[in-house]
Amino acid sequence: MTASPRSASVTAMSGDHDHHDHPQHGHSHHGHPGSTRADTHDHGEGSELSPIELRVRALESLLVEKGYVDPAALDVLIDTYETKVGPRNGARVIARAWSDPAYRDRLVTDATAAIAELGISGRQGEHMVAVENTAAVHNLVVCTLCSCYPWSVLGLPPVWYKAPPYRSRAVAEPRAVLAEFGVELPAGTAVRVWDSTAEMRYLVVPMRPAGTAGWSEEALADLVTRDSMIGTGLARDPAGEPEPRA
Amino acid sequence: MNGAQDLGGQHGLGPIAPEVDEPLFHAAWEKRALALTLAMGATGSWSIDTSRHARERMPPADSLSSSYYEIWIAGLERLIVEQGLATADEIAAGRSLAPPAPVKRVLAAADVPAALARGGPTERPATAPAKFAVGDVVVTRLANPHGHTRLPRYLRGRPGVIERVQGVHVYPDTNAHGLGEAPAWLYAVRFAAEDLWGADAEPATAIVADLFEPYLRPR
Repeated sequence: MTASPRSASVTAMSGDHDHHDHPQHGHSHHGHPGSTRADTHDHGEGSELSPIELRVRALESLLVEKGYVDPAALDVLIDTYETKVGPRNGARVIARAWSDPAYRDRLVTDATAAIAELGISGRQGEHMVAVENTAAVHNLVVCTLCSCYPWSVLGLPPVWYKAPPYRSRAVAEPRAVLAEFGVELPAGTAVRVWDSTAEMRYLVVPMRPAGTAGWSEEALADLVTRDSMIGTGLARDPAGEPEPRA
Repeated sequence: MNGAQDLGGQHGLGPIAPEVDEPLFHAAWEKRALALTLAMGATGSWSIDTSRHARERMPPADSLSSSYYEIWIAGLERLIVEQGLATADEIAAGRSLAPPAPVKRVLAAADVPAALARGGPTERPATAPAKFAVGDVVVTRLANPHGHTRLPRYLRGRPGVIERVQGVHVYPDTNAHGLGEAPAWLYAVRFAAEDLWGADAEPATAIVADLFEPYLRPR
């Protein structure tokens, strides 16, 4: 099941999260597509930059000068995760699984191949596993050792996912963590926490909300939130409220 | 190693703080930190295991008070120096003071889509049969390694059940140290919360982690 190179690896998405940039002190030249990095070790404006901004600019200048990185490649890398790879990818997978029982079977059997059917593959999604929520079991994904996350289907992880509080608590008190995210599980629902300690990447298949019979895949995908695919949320209720579980 | 990265079950680290409409990046420098990390990874100068080990060697007090991209930048600087791509003086100066070292490749803008599509698969052909099958009861190794490992502290010396057989994958414990990929069978191992946390466990809860065959013995 080793992934092979696929040209159509990333699929255009519109944001499930937004992409606001927060330029620091007006230095918005950072991250402008097409701008060159060779001038980032510039003069005259250092006093306005924070220590970490100065440090990253200095490192980039050095690595460009050494010839190890191509500044244009940096811009393409950033653009990819700002505009092409994000949770809309995963939402398409979930909506297909909700709509097509045969696809759902392939997804839970060999997620890497099933996700690749939709043209989605690549970095931090090379080896995928889909875990399905049911009335009997709720799945939750964490990485206690670093920040492993299925980039190919969810994009870059949110800060809270990478931060110590979630990573420390998700494996020890997942129900308390879920409650803080507004997810109250019935007492009869077991919890299964997946600690991503190797290179397998986990995608939670949330339960399909009631009242969505006959919905198109496009409409269903709009109900699939990023958090519902991590397990810290549920799919949106069509009425706009969280899916009732209790 | 038992660095600050090994967080499962720790207490007192503060509230989980999800942000409403969280931006993808919180500052422009974070974009550059991400891209620099990916582009330098693409030079082939180190593996993902080596880079994780570089990050986890950050002193714990620094690690716990740093943001994730700050940890990445510190790890990247460490790798660059350790692999001989630049000196600490050059990093401090932000400019080259000596000729560059050879790297295997430089990621060109046009090659980014293909490189990201390829990713870094870690599955390798099996050279021996899997020692365990789904349903087997195992015990994790009790150890306290100074080097890199993906067996977290909270899962050492614990009984579990094989949940999935994940194939043969690069073994981080050797690969992080340049000692070869030494591919090993990987298993999703299921642990009852009571076997990890005793009477403090939440009810009807299981934890599943992907663990390599050398971490496991039959029970």
